[in-house]
Amino acid sequence: MTRVAVLKGGRSLERGVSLRSGARVEDALGRLGHEVVPIDVGLDLIRRLESLAPEVAFVALHGRDGEDGTIQELLEIVGLPYTGSGVLACSRAVDKVLTKHLLIEAGLPTPPFFSFTQTAFRELGAAEALPAIEERLAFPIVVKPSSQGSALGIKFARTAEDVPAALVAAFSYDGRVLLERHVAGRDLAVSVLDGPAGPQALPVVEAVPREEDFYDFEARYEIGRTAFVCPAELGSELTERAHELALATYALLGCRGFARIDLMLSGEGELFVLEANPIPGLTDTSLLPQAADAAGIGFDDLIGRILELALAPA
Amino acid sequence: MDPANLPSMSPPPRQPSRSTSRDLERYAGLFARRTRVMKSSAMRDMMAITARPEVISLAGGLPDTSTFPPETFAAAAARIAEESCAKALQYGPTDGLAETKDCIAEVMEAEGMRVDPEDLMVTTGGQQVLDLVAKTLIDPGDVIVAEGPSYPGALNAFKAYEADVVQIDMDADGMRVDLMEEALHRLERDGRRPKFIYTVPSFQNPGGVTMSASRRRRLVEVAHERELLVLEDNPYGLLRYEGEAPEPLYAIDGGVFVMYLGTFSKIFSPGMRLGWVVAPPPVLEKIEFGKQEADLCTSTLSQLMVQAYFEIGDWRAYVDSLTEVYRARRDAMLEALGEHFPAQAEWTRPAGGLFVWVTLPDFIDTTDLLALALRDNVAFVPGEGAFVDGRGRNAMRLNFSASSEDQIREGIRRIGEVIREQVGLYGTLTGEQPGFAAAARAAAEGVAAKAAEESARGAPDEAPGGDAQDGGRVVRLPRRSGANRRAGGA
Repeated sequence: MTRVAVLKGGRSLERGVSLRSGARVEDALGRLGHEVVPIDVGLDLIRRLESLAPEVAFVALHGRDGEDGTIQELLEIVGLPYTGSGVLACSRAVDKVLTKHLLIEAGLPTPPFFSFTQTAFRELGAAEALPAIEERLAFPIVVKPSSQGSALGIKFARTAEDVPAALVAAFSYDGRVLLERHVAGRDLAVSVLDGPAGPQALPVVEAVPREEDFYDFEARYEIGRTAFVCPAELGSELTERAHELALATYALLGCRGFARIDLMLSGEGELFVLEANPIPGLTDTSLLPQAADAAGIGFDDLIGRILELALAPA
Repeated sequence: MDPANLPSMSPPPRQPSRSTSRDLERYAGLFARRTRVMKSSAMRDMMAITARPEVISLAGGLPDTSTFPPETFAAAAARIAEESCAKALQYGPTDGLAETKDCIAEVMEAEGMRVDPEDLMVTTGGQQVLDLVAKTLIDPGDVIVAEGPSYPGALNAFKAYEADVVQIDMDADGMRVDLMEEALHRLERDGRRPKFIYTVPSFQNPGGVTMSASRRRRLVEVAHERELLVLEDNPYGLLRYEGEAPEPLYAIDGGVFVMYLGTFSKIFSPGMRLGWVVAPPPVLEKIEFGKQEADLCTSTLSQLMVQAYFEIGDWRAYVDSLTEVYRARRDAMLEALGEHFPAQAEWTRPAGGLFVWVTLPDFIDTTDLLALALRDNVAFVPGEGAFVDGRGRNAMRLNFSASSEDQIREGIRRIGEVIREQVGLYGTLTGEQPGFAAAARAAAEGVAAKAAEESARGAPDEAPGGDAQDGGRVVRLPRRSGANRRAGGA
């Protein structure tokens, strides 16, 4: 039996999801016979960690602070082992722009994009470069904040007229945004789980919108509005390619324990890496638990394995 | 029982799987179709942060119960313990206790309505009335006519019965009854007859506006002409901060086609969960069957608490004290809005109730704006949930009853700042002065003429809404979709 602090909640915009992830993790840890110490992270985090003296931290936080290396840095400082990726991998993965540059450098496919900071628009007149960007990317263009993990702030611009409002929306979440060529096609997610034999890619999950919500990102991860197919019907070649890309991205960013890599399969049958999530959702409807389940790894086993990896000597 | 002892014909006992990660997916196939509209959203998730103590929340719709005297509460509770303990612990009649109905009659009389206790039923909060009325009247695909924006809690209750809600635009005088008539005409032409019209005529949630006396009369006339039911939702009528109250629809109609929804939540306590419905006897009878199925009866304890409170305390005086507190808070909010919101923003000037409705330029999505506001520890409700068709994305609802005047001023200052940030950024991106564009457009459409004038002059220091006579600013709605658009509930 291990004394496990489950870190959840916090001030992130994904607080709600994190609380649900945390609750599920706590249930599983309890069933596995561990002593669970739930912590809704806040100003008293360090104090609480000191007084509760857990042996390991299970990080069930999503978004800012939890997934961007901040909490990981703090845990390094207090010397507490923790689940999932370390500071560097989190810092890379949370930053979509950095991730994409690294992917391109490594020769991995990702949709063409341009990225700007708010300062570039306010102080360097970047708005005048927009027509050139629009021409090179072609509409529709996806506009997203660089560091927001959920669907929040992601907009489609169908015409040049939509771009300014989409940028205003994306800048609500981050000082840096990216404009990305939209890849029309199938929405895939490949989860990666570490194991004794090294990182293993789990069966591919496909998110299929039930309604005509093609441009509604929010609908994509909502039960009832999106059907999840796992394993996705791709054929062995594409499945293998998706697995390869996910594992390569995982290694490139230096992820540890587990992660979820989001891909798009274009109409022409080409795969693109969109982004990596170092702490994907662990709720009832989350994709990683579904993929693990399809691979014969039940939720409790999944959580048990993630915990073991945190405790294993590096 | 040992499974080994079961007769051989029984199937082997099923082992529940230990893992539960996919529970929801596993159960998804069992969910009723109507649950498809009961969905979470990133916005709802984001609202989880508003509960944190450092956040000034102008998002809720809570009355301030901290002003209720605890000694009155204690006396009422003691009285129940002494005089009617067994009764308080027992089931009660489905339609409610006679003594509670007397209290309700008293409240309705205070608003100029006479009601026969026979025609009313006590419910578990006003929200239950929305559910029961929809349950009684709505088959999937039936039409309900409502205001746009509407109370999201009502829209959700209606959508759960797969109603098709048609929303009618409003202005400073409440629902545009002329547009409602046009919509009714269109529906009739399409062979569709709405089941009822849902309205919050006084200090509308979330619009903050009040329906004028002439529109009220016309609405009741239309109901009679077309033999249509109306559900008048009046939770805030007694919370009036200025001016004379127009007659309730129920009083005009006399209870022929108007059903009335009342509640103790805003004048006493939402924690009591006590509301009521008045309806024509045949309708009420059906509603009562629905109530019986739902929860047999409303909490007897709560009903006796109200009765004891009405006897021991002075409920009118308490409502007056709430009115004083809320009026000052409303004034603080309107003043702060005038000071801190940019000229491109428009807002309503409620003469009562709990809410102000703010409309921002089209290029601002208030869900995204909320993310920015939460960074600065302040929250509001994005307008999107008040429409069934995707409108309201550039609007927000602000509550002034649940925060102190200082909190309101600071909260509005912070929201104003993030709006200015977005307006400025948009100007940088487009190279245009959004204020000027908004004003020109508004003038071209002939709406909000006064607001347009103000924007064009760029008069940020002018008091919002000017004098009460012009009714404040109109509830300007996004132009993206046509008026009265319909959206399916299924």
